[in-house]
Amino acid sequence: MVCTVRGLVKTYPAARGRRGAPATPAVRASDGIDLDVVRGEVFGLLGPNGAGKSTLVRQLTGLLRPDEGHVRVLGHDLVRHPERAARLLGYLGQDSTALDELTVALAAETTARLRGLETRAARAERDAVIEELGLGEVAGRPLKKLSGGQRRLACVAAALVGERPLLVLDEPTSGMDPVARRAVWAAVDRRRAERGVTVVLVTHNVIEAETVLDRVAVLDRGRVIACDTPAGLKALVADEVRLELVWRTEPPLDVPEVAALWKTVETARAGGGAAGRRWTLRLPPDDARAAIATVTGGPAFAALDDFTLATPSLEDVYIALGGRAEGAEGLVKA
Amino acid sequence: MSVMPAVSGVSGVSGARGGVPGVSGASPGLSGASTVSGVSGVSGVSGVSGVSGASEASDEVGEVGDMPAPLAARARLFPALVAVYRAQLSRARVARIPLLFVATFQSIGIMILMRGVVDGGSEARAVVAGSSVLVVAFVALNLLAQYFGQLRASGGLDHYATLPVPPSAVVLGAAAAYASFTVPGTAVTAVMGSALFQLPMTNLWILIAVIPLSGAALAGLGAALGLLAPRQELATLCGQLGMSAALLLGVLPAARMPQVVSYARDLLPSTYGVEALARSFDGQPDWWVVCADLGVCAGVAVVSLAAATWAYRRAAVR
Repeated sequence: MVCTVRGLVKTYPAARGRRGAPATPAVRASDGIDLDVVRGEVFGLLGPNGAGKSTLVRQLTGLLRPDEGHVRVLGHDLVRHPERAARLLGYLGQDSTALDELTVALAAETTARLRGLETRAARAERDAVIEELGLGEVAGRPLKKLSGGQRRLACVAAALVGERPLLVLDEPTSGMDPVARRAVWAAVDRRRAERGVTVVLVTHNVIEAETVLDRVAVLDRGRVIACDTPAGLKALVADEVRLELVWRTEPPLDVPEVAALWKTVETARAGGGAAGRRWTLRLPPDDARAAIATVTGGPAFAALDDFTLATPSLEDVYIALGGRAEGAEGLVKA
Repeated sequence: MSVMPAVSGVSGVSGARGGVPGVSGASPGLSGASTVSGVSGVSGVSGVSGVSGASEASDEVGEVGDMPAPLAARARLFPALVAVYRAQLSRARVARIPLLFVATFQSIGIMILMRGVVDGGSEARAVVAGSSVLVVAFVALNLLAQYFGQLRASGGLDHYATLPVPPSAVVLGAAAAYASFTVPGTAVTAVMGSALFQLPMTNLWILIAVIPLSGAALAGLGAALGLLAPRQELATLCGQLGMSAALLLGVLPAARMPQVVSYARDLLPSTYGVEALARSFDGQPDWWVVCADLGVCAGVAVVSLAAATWAYRRAAVR
């Protein structure tokens, strides 16, 4: 077991209102979290904004002291010895201020030096990681002058230098183009295959989560509401598929079958519903097939602009588990 | 599915050895299985519940997990300090040079202004010395307070806090870099001032001691202010106020100050750098007094850098 978390509780105190800033109530950002991360896996933390993902990783990395609970990483008690975290894991935070004015090459080299490498080794690692992530062209430019995705990639480079058995990455690929994303996942995968590196990953992006994660914990309001493989989670809602209908203009409610569908849409629980001309339905496969037959044949077809039928995604799982419906929109960022 | 116990067995063995070679030896097999489905199978087995068929393997993993893994080496103080210093110095090219010009012109402007009021003697020495050290205060105190204030507010400190660096290396490296930025501006100001007020330049070499010592004292103060201020704006404000204090208390001749203000002047670390520099303009400087002034600077530097290191620790782990 690389990382064990038991009964983790962290409450941010209430803030008094100031001029221009309203008072905020106390927030229980971690509310009794239990987790086990196994060696060599890519473990994801998924959830909407404010679910407590970053608070959790900040406690895993010794940056934040929990109010209650235990964090053990590779056999070390990080609540008692938070300073050991820096010698066990590599961390990629959301902010790049510390590196912004350095060039990409110097950011990687300095970080390697500060991870305890000798000059020669640090330079070798710097060159290797720049090559690996395809940063060669921008190596001599300061991070501040790069686009958001490239800057993020440079921060990933800094997080990867110096071998660490555990990598904790907070939204590593946010703002990246597909090429950069692929480079990051290839680099992570190589470290896992060659050195058995474990990765704990915060993500917002459901599609990415499905492809790169071995296991995923879904967080909502500081709690783990589910934890399984992406496939295992999706099996929870395997009896339903998602049907999206887009109408050209007004939906043809005079067609009785469409009117019946509209009733389903209207009464749909969280995650279904209508947004203008777009209807989203979660239906058993047979019903979905029948609905498609209705709208693609007969008079309704003339009014139909587009339709999609999809097997459940992690987003559907999240909604089925009772996550906040309004937060679900923040779940898919890409 | 039959692969799974074998795979988690491999990870158990390599963990027991505590070495990377075991893992890389087994990597072809692992990488073959590291498609999503294969690895998700592994995690399913060695998860909390423990499937019966693989319980042996997952027990082994558990035992290994209980034995603390070796910690990676710490970065030693001096190499880390040098790395931070180098990185900070490279920032100068992009971000600091315009501000350095501002600092220098400000000091030269003040001297030209005072030229009309002061005509030679000890007051002229105080003006030139005060203006020169003001450059140090501007960069080391004001800009460093802003830098650390910004770093703390944005969460940038997390980067350093998750690296195995001694806190003093980060603080000292940054302070040393900011003190270095002041060298050209301070030297130019001192030379210009000496020319302007017809002061002897023979002893200006004392700047070699004045800049690092008052630089260290003010940079430590600036870093501590930046790291302790609860909000970024307050850090900026404190830095500005500190610089204003250095300006008023350093440049204005001490003899004309009210008693209370002269106490405040005695408390400000830059004062002793100013005094040391002012004394060196004498034809026959009393080197013992100059050394005593610089000694005070050094003492304050040690205290303020220690305070900044403490403030850094406090800010890094919340």
